[in-house]
Order: sequence, then structure tokens, then C-alpha cells
Amino acid sequence: MSQIENPETKSKKKKNRKSGKKPHKMTSLHNSEAALLRLKKRRAKEGRFILWGRLAIGFAVASLMWLLFSLVGTGYTAFTQHFITLDVKLEASILDPTDIRDPEKLRAANYRRLIQTSMQAQIEGVTDRKEKRALFNLVSASGATNYVRQKVYKNPNLVGQTLTVTVPTSDEVDQLLKGYIDRETPEARRKVSNQQIEWIDELVDRGVIKPKFNTIFFTGTDSRDPELAGIASAVVGSLMLLSVAFILAFPIGVGAAIYLDEFAPKNKWTDLIEININNLAAVPSIVFGLLGLAVFLNFFGMPRSAPLVGGMVLALRAFPTITIATRAALRSVSPSITNGALSVGASHVQAVFHHKLPLAAPGILTGTIIGMAQVLGETAPLLMIGMVAFVTEIPTSVMEPASALPVQIFLWSDSAERAWSERTSAAIIILLLVLITMNGFAIWLRNKLEKRR
Amino acid sequence: MSDKKAEPYIKFRCKDVRVHYGQNEALHGIDIEIPDNGVTAFIGPSGCGKSTFLRVFNRMNDTIEGARVSGSILMDGEDIYDKNLDPVLLRARVGMVFQKPNPFPKSIYDNVAYGPKIHGLTTSKAEMDHLVEKSLKRAGLWAEVKDRLKSPGTGLSGGQQQRLVIARAIAVSPEVILMDEPASALDPIATAKLEALIDELKERYCIVIVTHSMAQAARISDKTAFFHMGDLVEFGPTEMIFTNPGNSRTQDYITGRTG
Amino acid sequence: MNSIVAYILMLLIISVIAGFAFNFTAAQKRITLYKGVDVKSERVYHSQSGYHGYLTAWLIGISGFLIFLGGLFLRPDTGGLIFNTVWIGVLILTAASITYLCNQRIRPEFRARTHVERLVIGALIVLSAIAVFTTLGIILSLLFESLRFFDKVPFTEFLFGTQWSPQMALRADQAGQSGSFGAVPIFAGTFLIMLIAMAIAGPIGLMIAVYLSEYASKRVRAYVKPAIEILAGIPTVVYGFFALLTVGPTIRNLAEGFGFSVPTQSAISAGVVMGVMIIPLISSLSDDVINSVPQNLRDGSYALGATKSETMKKVIFAGALPGIIGAFLLAISRAIGETMIVVMAAGRAANLTGNPFEAVTTVTVQIVALLTGDQEFDSPKTLAAFALGLVLFVITLILNVIALTIVRKYRERYD
Repeated sequence: MSQIENPETKSKKKKNRKSGKKPHKMTSLHNSEAALLRLKKRRAKEGRFILWGRLAIGFAVASLMWLLFSLVGTGYTAFTQHFITLDVKLEASILDPTDIRDPEKLRAANYRRLIQTSMQAQIEGVTDRKEKRALFNLVSASGATNYVRQKVYKNPNLVGQTLTVTVPTSDEVDQLLKGYIDRETPEARRKVSNQQIEWIDELVDRGVIKPKFNTIFFTGTDSRDPELAGIASAVVGSLMLLSVAFILAFPIGVGAAIYLDEFAPKNKWTDLIEININNLAAVPSIVFGLLGLAVFLNFFGMPRSAPLVGGMVLALRAFPTITIATRAALRSVSPSITNGALSVGASHVQAVFHHKLPLAAPGILTGTIIGMAQVLGETAPLLMIGMVAFVTEIPTSVMEPASALPVQIFLWSDSAERAWSERTSAAIIILLLVLITMNGFAIWLRNKLEKRR
Repeated sequence: MSDKKAEPYIKFRCKDVRVHYGQNEALHGIDIEIPDNGVTAFIGPSGCGKSTFLRVFNRMNDTIEGARVSGSILMDGEDIYDKNLDPVLLRARVGMVFQKPNPFPKSIYDNVAYGPKIHGLTTSKAEMDHLVEKSLKRAGLWAEVKDRLKSPGTGLSGGQQQRLVIARAIAVSPEVILMDEPASALDPIATAKLEALIDELKERYCIVIVTHSMAQAARISDKTAFFHMGDLVEFGPTEMIFTNPGNSRTQDYITGRTG
Repeated sequence: MNSIVAYILMLLIISVIAGFAFNFTAAQKRITLYKGVDVKSERVYHSQSGYHGYLTAWLIGISGFLIFLGGLFLRPDTGGLIFNTVWIGVLILTAASITYLCNQRIRPEFRARTHVERLVIGALIVLSAIAVFTTLGIILSLLFESLRFFDKVPFTEFLFGTQWSPQMALRADQAGQSGSFGAVPIFAGTFLIMLIAMAIAGPIGLMIAVYLSEYASKRVRAYVKPAIEILAGIPTVVYGFFALLTVGPTIRNLAEGFGFSVPTQSAISAGVVMGVMIIPLISSLSDDVINSVPQNLRDGSYALGATKSETMKKVIFAGALPGIIGAFLLAISRAIGETMIVVMAAGRAANLTGNPFEAVTTVTVQIVALLTGDQEFDSPKTLAAFALGLVLFVITLILNVIALTIVRKYRERYD
């Protein structure tokens, strides 16, 4: 019977006064025509109010759906990419004319020629210089040459043999085959010429160009070429940020909460700390970036772009969240627990650490997860401390320049090409999956908690 | 069961009223006839369903998620659980006073004026002033608050707050006033004042009161119903229930052997 | 260069563990040997064996950490074998002597537990003081750099000037273009976007809170609440990209349909997306506030025959108003300080305009623009970012403190 308040009210009250006896005393006040008319108006108002509520929820849900669909719609194609399989003849005359197999010389050799030759072997009758270049442009230039170069550098004995390689096509080919470059647009306004389209179609027919799962996106680092760009360095950078921030923010956040709730005397100093923590939770994140720039970088001279500094800045950003959650969790533990522990002779510190903290642990965990999710999604402070570098190597320590996933998204979002927005959206999909999992776990934990209580 | 020598007008006729909270049946089929003008008291140990039953009369159970009411409750012969009856209208006719005084966080004046305002009962400021004064007078609070009508209602003492809440209910011109242990949060002096007020009000309104104090029931009520474990055990004139109960469970409760 | 730091840290951890283990076992032996009673004096040990270990560990940890920091501070740039040897030697020596001294103290009357607990509470105080130091650090660094900025650019020009073009002269002969730092267009842009965001998030967030707490069935709540929480968990850079990729072009196309020309980066697209971002903040804060109004006030109103919307508007809002105002102030503070959405979607041109369909710039956008890319630390261009940061911090601080005070007072009222 939850849906009782039902809008339509029919004026059937008059005839209902049957029960024989004359109504003893009847206030006509609430049954009069005028009252019923007023009621109708009030019910209409109520209906409008409910409608506004539904519209508001509809707007929020529709916005979320729009956001998710537009990002997933743009991004899901980045998880596959077109690759071309080539037979590359590693001719000694080009790679190593002197025949001494010096790895350093081999590294500097002209691999472009090799790839060009093997492309020409795929399509017959290409002689014109311009045509040759157009043909070469179908393959990812640096992707293919670097790949072959690495192979030869590692194993100089390959020189003279034929190597079958599968390398990414150029991003234009990829975009054309994914249907994002319209074949109907006039040639002059298209990045792929008619001639190239002919070649591409032929290569696809022959099975030389094939779509494959895009492992480069997960193993690669930032690159000037979208077909070679990946999120690996950014993911590693984010993990380092997360670890540093956790190691710092967790003890600070929980410790401050325990002190404030359990041991702090009620005085001005405690009030000051409390106001500070609540305010810090609402200070714009970019201000923490300015703090990091002025104090950590300029005053202490720590390295720019390093995850250590980023993690420290984000720890300051995240610990108030953990403190607030921990205090709520501590307060929700019944005081009788402490009293019970004290009554059997435990000290105050023992009562708190042995009895209260374990009971508050799920709440503390929830707050920590939410704080860490914030850290993972934060961008602005990292821009301030120079974590916007073009990082092409996976960092190995927290002192090296690194990127982070959100920063990578920001950097890629600047490029207007479809190949970039596709990868930006794909990186966002990965980031959102991680964040939704973290937040979902936190919410699940909290709901479980609420049920138990 | 009910004593009918004076043939009083029956305000509520209830047949087989059951209330469920989710899977739980809180009331197991109550039949009762509540007379107009006078005080009917519901007594019984806590958890016996007396408050739940009280909330049946103005459909306050509707506001609780998962609560279902079945059976028939006729007020002046009309089914108050009829699909076409708007509970808003019913509650204007059946006022209620709660266990804990709950004045709104507004001024004393606005507290009393709130009901008439939403129901559109007055057309002018003067009329409203008059209505507020009349209601406060009837609730016996006018003398105490007439100089500070604009001060917040939450600033009054517990007993005053409870009388303010009664004034608030009276202002809507109800026919029935339900009271759910109205004195349980009050001290003895405030309770005495409240009981005196109830005694006056019963001339005009049909009053149904839930109380866990048997002494209070004996003092103020004309008829008493004894509830136990979701059943109506006995219903009759108050003197009879207290002096000569027909049921052994009533006897045990009244003499303090259970409860 | 880093390996010695790592070694020292590892050594520190090892000596803490070793100190604990040594004195813990030593204490345990003595205490269990005499079953908790010192045979000679026939006195019961005050503290359990673990506390003797903890005390050792704490003392080694604290002094070792200080030695670690001191070494970092004193270390010559070249590193140096001698220095490192001394560093490690001092650490080991300190650890050993602390262990020895504590070992001597394992006696019945020694209150190891009390000492450990004092240290624990001391550590907690230090941790909680970090909040104060963070705020202090923010204020001092912003103030210091801003003062240097106001040395070069007059305070009044910054606050009241209407021309913002922070580009500095590239060559000496470009004397006319020394850059102008009138921040009014930036403040106006920030305000405009905040207004648009609040116009969307305010009513919608509030209505969502009302509907979910008063009307929605359990099933609707079970679906809508997580959706709102997902909205809250989306990073702002994602919202920014959404504005850039989808909302901006959509608004531009819509406007073209009506015959207007709107740039992809405009106040309206940044404002709308920011509004969506703030909805969860307002709805969850308002939800808390509405739910903290006691049920018996609702009951009182329903019992008088009020409808739900009348109860909501006249009783609950009246009671919850301070809390709702607090929620709105916090939301405004969030909107003013939000960075990524505006950086990506609002543009960088400092237009002084009230037209939401033009590109405007905000305080946060300018901070990012001034501090990313090449920078010399002493140029007014870079310092201007800190002046803007100071303005941002002061305004949000005021808003937050007012909001938090209101909310706190409000909570106390119904507690």
C-alpha cells in the first residue's frame, strides 16, 4: 500500500452518508464543493512536483547515458587495429655493405628502403617516385622500421634472410577501413587518395591487411603516431602515483581521525585541525598543484614530472577524504565497546586499537578506496608539477619522469584527428572501468555495512 | 461487547482489520465500534499493536513502506480505505497528536496557521488571526503564548509544545483527534494539564487515545479497549474493564501480573 | 644516486624490526621465566613483553628517521664513500645503543606500555598537524609568490583592470607589449560558467534528492542511486573530453540550425557539463540534509492532511534550508575551482562578456595556461598564476568555511 496518495478524488462522499442514522455532527468544511475544488488544485500541484522530480532524475540519467555511449561509441574501435603482413628481405647490400655485422652500424642502417621494397613487392607496377611514396605511406613508417631494426639489432645473423613481419598500417588506412574516412568525399579533401584506396582494397582482398586485437594500445607508450600510441607508461605512472599517495595518505588520514575522535582535548588547536581538514577536502585540486610547484619543486628542489612528487601532492589532496570517512566510521562504533574494554583494565590506547579500529575497519576501507579513486582520476595538480611530459619510456622508479592515465587522456584530447579521439576514448574506457570497479566495491562494502547495523 | 444503553452515535465501525508490515501480521482481525464524543482509550503492553491500530484511523500507516491494511473501517458509514478517498482529506478530518511533541521549526503562529493555510480554510489575514487565537485558546495555551506568537514553537516547554501541537490539529477543524501516548514525554504537572485539556476537548471531538498508563486511561477515558499480542482482548466502559474485566488476560494485565 | 637512499631506508626498517625482536624475546624470557613475577623483588611486571619491544622499535624508528633526513640534508652532491660510511655507521650505532639501553630497562617497575602509548599519541598528533601544515604551506607559498607578482604589477591593476594578455615582450624593442594583467575578464568568465553550472545543478540536484528520499520506490532508488554515484566518480578530465568531443559540437550544430554561430569551446558547453558534474554533489549533500530532518515532523505534517509536496516545501525545506544553502555554497566553491572541464571546453581567450555562447576563460584555465609549457620562474607571467591561485584559494576558503559552519550548526540542531 505504498502508492496510496492517489491523485483523483471523486466526489462520491455525499451519497455515502447512508447508514440510517443522521450524521451526528458533520463538519462540512472538508467535504464542501469548495474544499474538493481546492483539493483538486493541490493534487495537481503535487503531480507537477513529482513530474519535476522525475524530469530531474531523467536528466541526470540521460546525461550519464549520453556520456557513456558517446565515449564507448568513439572508443571501442581502438581495441582493434589493422595490421599488414610483409616479407622483408634483409639485404646485406643495404644494411651492411661492409659486412662486419657491427650492431651499432646495423642500427643506423636504412630500414626505410627495405620496407619500401617489400611494399613494392606487394603491388606490381609502381615505379613513379610519388606513387612509391604513397604506397609506403600505407604502412606505419616508424612502426615498421623500428620493429625490423630491433629484430636485426638483437640478431645480426638475420641479415641476408627474409623476415615475415606483421606491423601496423598507418592510421589513415586504419581509419578508412574502420569506416571513419568517407570514400565519397572528394579526393582533394581526403587524406587517402583514390589510388591508395585501390591498393588498400586489393591488399585487404588478398588478406595482407587484416584487423587484429590492438595489443600496441596496452603495451605501447606515448607516441607521435596514433597507430603506435599506447597507455602502458601512463598506467605504470598512475600505479606509482597511487602507491605513493596511499603510503602517505592512509596513515595521515587514519591517524588524524583517531587523534581527533579519541584523544584530542576539546580546545582551539583541535578545532583548528578540524576546520582545516574539512576545508582541505573542499579546496580546489589545482591549488594543491600550486603548493607542490612552489614547495616541493622550487623550495626543496625535487625533480619535475616525478611520480614521487605527484604522489605527495595527491596524498595531501586525498587524506582529508580518508580522515572524514574514518571519523564517521569511528563514531558509528558504539561507545559501549570502549567502555567494555576499559572496564576489563585495558588502557585507552589499547581499547581504541584493539577493539574500536577493527570494528571501524570496513568504513575506513570504504573511505580509503574512494580517496584512492580520486587520486587515480586527478589531473589538474599533475599539470602544475610538470607531469605533462611526452613520456616514451615506461618509468622504472618514482624519481623518473612519468605520465598518468588522466594526463595522457588530456594530452591526447588536444589532437583533433579521429585516430586520436578514438584512442583518447579508449583510454577513458579503461580509466572508467577501473574507477567504477573501485567505487562499486566501496559502495558494496558500505551497503553491506549498513545492512549489518 | 459494547454497551449500548444510550445508543451513542458510532463514529468508526471496524471489521476484521488486519495490518501487515511486510510478511509480519501486526494486527489479527480487529472488530470494534468507536463512539463519537468521548474518550476511547487503547491500553495494552508495548508491542501489542495499539499504536498501529490508532494509525489505521487516519491512514498514517500508508506513509510506512511495506505496511498493508485490510478489512473495513467505516467512518460515518463511509469506507476510509476506499480507493477514491484522498487520505489528505481524511487526515484533515482526523487529527493526530504524537508521542513526542513535534512542532515545526517555525513560529508559534505559523505552526497553528500551517494546517488552515494548506487546506485553504481562511481567506484573509484577520480570519487567520482569529482562527489561530481560537485554536490556541481551545488548547489552553493562549494565555501563555499570546505575547510571543512570533517566537519559534520549538522554544516552548514539552507540555506547552504538546498543547501547541493540539492547537495545530484543532485549527484544521477535525472531527476526531487521535492521540498516541501524548503524555509519555511529559512531567506529571504537564500531564495533569494535558489530561484536563482532553477532558474539555471531548465535548467537541471524538478522541481516541493510546496510553500505556492504566491510571491515565482510568482517569480520562469513557471506554477502554485492551490489546494483547495484536488482538483486541476486551472492549467496554472503562469502569467495567478496570473493576470487572471479563477476560483473565485483561485481569492479569490490570493487576500487574503481565505487561 | 638513489641506491644509497634506498639502502639506508632498508637498513632503518631492518634495525627497527631487529630492535623489536631482540627486546621482545629478551623481555619474554625474563617475564615467562618468573611467570610475570620478579623473584628477587617479588614484583609483578608492569608491562607485557611486547611493549618492551615496541618501545625499542619506536625509539629506533624516530631517531633513525631523523638521521635519515639529516643525512639527506647534509649529503654533498658528489655522494662520497666516506660520507655514506659515516651515515650508515651512525644509524647502526644509534640503533644498537637504543636496543641496549632499552634492554637494561626490562624491569618490573618499568612502564614500557605507558611510554609506548605516549609515543603513539605523539605520532597521532604529528599526523593530524599535517593538515594545518598543508594549509599553512598553501597560504605561505601563494602569498609569497603573489607578493613578488604585486611588486611588478600593481594590485589595483590586477583586481580592476579589464585587459588580460600576459604575453611578455620577446625582444627588448617590443617595449609596448609588456603584457597586461587586468583579471576582471577572468573573474567574469569564472562567474559566468559557475552561474550556468549552478542553474543546472542546483534545481536538478535538489529535485533528485527530494524525489529519491520522499517519492521513489525502493526499486527506483536501487537503480538511480548507483547511476548518480557513477556520475560522481567520473574524473573531471573525462567530463572535459565529453564536453569537447560531444557537447560542444552538439551545441554548435544546434545553434547553426537556428542560424547562430557558436564556437565549439564556449561558456555554455563548459557550464552545462560542469553542471552535470556537480549534480551528484548537490543531491547527496541535500539528501543528507533532508534525511536529517526528523521523521516526526513529516508525520506531524501528514497528520494535518498535507500532501507530500506541501510537507516538503513548507516544513522540510524550512527546517533544512540552512543545510541546503551550505550544500549550494560548497557546490559553488567546487564550480569555481574546477579545472579540467574549463581547460578543455571553455577556451583561453579572455573575453569580457556575459554572452554564454562565446568562449570565455576562467581563473583555473589561466593558471594552467601560465604554468604549463616553458616558464621562467621570475617572470610576472608565471607569478600571475600564483596571484590567481591566491584569489581562488581565498574565495573558496571563505565559501567553504561559511558552508561548513552552517552545516555543522544545522546538524547540531537535530542531533
